[in-house]
Amino acid sequence: MSKIINPHENEEGLIKSASNPIQRRSFLKYTGAGAALSTLFLIGCKDDDDLGLDNNFGGVNLGSGDIGILNYAYALEQLESAFYTQVIATKFSGMTAMETEILTEIRDNETIHREFLKAAINAKAPGKIIRDLTPQFSTINFMDRDSVLTTAKTFEDIGVSAYNGAGKLFTDTGLGLDLLVIGGKIVSVEARHAAMIRQLLGPITAFAGDDIVSTDKGLDVIRMPAEVLPLVQPFIKEIINGSNLPK
Amino acid sequence: MNLFKIIEDIEKFDPEVHNRLDSRRAAFKSLAGFGKKVAAASVPLAFGSVLNKAYGQTNDAQKVIDTLNFALTLEYLEDEFYKKGIMTAGLIPAADLQIFQQIGKHETAHVAFLTTVIRDTLKGTPVAKPNVDYTGSKNGTRPALLPTVFSDYATFKALAQAFEDTGVRAYKGQATNLVSNNVVLDAALRIHSVEARHAAEIRRLNGKKPWIEGNDMGGPAPGITNGIYAGEENTTHAGFTRAQYTTMSDAAATRAFDEPLTKEAVLEIAGNFIY
Repeated sequence: MSKIINPHENEEGLIKSASNPIQRRSFLKYTGAGAALSTLFLIGCKDDDDLGLDNNFGGVNLGSGDIGILNYAYALEQLESAFYTQVIATKFSGMTAMETEILTEIRDNETIHREFLKAAINAKAPGKIIRDLTPQFSTINFMDRDSVLTTAKTFEDIGVSAYNGAGKLFTDTGLGLDLLVIGGKIVSVEARHAAMIRQLLGPITAFAGDDIVSTDKGLDVIRMPAEVLPLVQPFIKEIINGSNLPK
Repeated sequence: MNLFKIIEDIEKFDPEVHNRLDSRRAAFKSLAGFGKKVAAASVPLAFGSVLNKAYGQTNDAQKVIDTLNFALTLEYLEDEFYKKGIMTAGLIPAADLQIFQQIGKHETAHVAFLTTVIRDTLKGTPVAKPNVDYTGSKNGTRPALLPTVFSDYATFKALAQAFEDTGVRAYKGQATNLVSNNVVLDAALRIHSVEARHAAEIRRLNGKKPWIEGNDMGGPAPGITNGIYAGEENTTHAGFTRAQYTTMSDAAATRAFDEPLTKEAVLEIAGNFIY
């Protein structure tokens, strides 16, 4: 069943499929988008070959040092950009004008993050950039508001925690300091996304809820690459290898 | 080479040299290891590195303490602001009260946490709570900038936005001063993103998008809080101009990145409300 659900993803990179969502849309029509679809997805996602274990996609090594961290961020931004591109291409039923504007601008922010990181990696370390990743969104029901926003919340909170954890991994001089500042410029925008998505889901204090900000110290979540990668792997076909990243 | 003679000489200028070296016991230990493994000629180099570590560490440690004290001052300013707002009957509508209680809870926690880190972890002296006047009159020594801050909800929310967006920029601007201490850097980044969550929510309450486009048209209280968004319109990062990384508009590019503020610029803004 999962093989039926993902025909286009099997042939296209994350970026390409994200920028060409029409195929996905026609595909959704083809399968009969609607309530029944979520059942299909739920069944589909249980298949092993839908969990990033397909050898056809091989592995992607993020590399080492500052550039490895940039590739790590680039992988996460590829994922987010592709996700929101799909969200806007196949809007869930009842998406309000405000929600459309918010989700469109988040899509643009994530896409610019992706484009910036790509330009930076290619300029600073030619040949070291990871390839375009292949999304695996079969567990997400893009027709359903709750499925979309819950996934968005997950991605944004992971993104914030990943950038928070990456800060100390950059070298403490030169380029590393520049990258620390740029990570800071990006992470607060991710946190703004997270707050807004959480607000849409509620309850009223969810924008900085007790589930994400510690009540005793007021600290956001922080995760190291070894904790982040297993959380995003189910959404990416290629096996991401972060074993050479700074620790 | 007589290491003890060198230490004795340094002692004349710096009576605390023994403490400094003691606190670098790990580095000293590595010197002992060096002594066994490397030729005597290399020892001066190794010893130099121990001294650099001892003094470099002290300077870095002081820089970290100073930076956290700067952050603590801002947290005091925010914490007291929300406490007063929440206690003022009739200011915050019941429907929004929980939002400010949640934010205020975090600011209170940040004050306590930073105080503990400065005092117990870094063995420094936390700054005292500043004297605050949210009307901006500096305790009546000049005309009030925001005379209705605790009677007009819109003004209260405007200043809340000013504090949160400034807070985000302030922490961002200090990250590079904390790289010598990863525990502190971690914590500062984790506070930074919480402030950004707060900022997003307050902006939404103010009818604005959660992220900042351009220089935000002068900010929530134009004329008073202009400096808060100065430079937010920047689209060049690490030397890459906008056209070098995206074909999207300048406006879109400014939304995707928040900009840091220097300590001086932050203190100029915050200084309006501290006397």
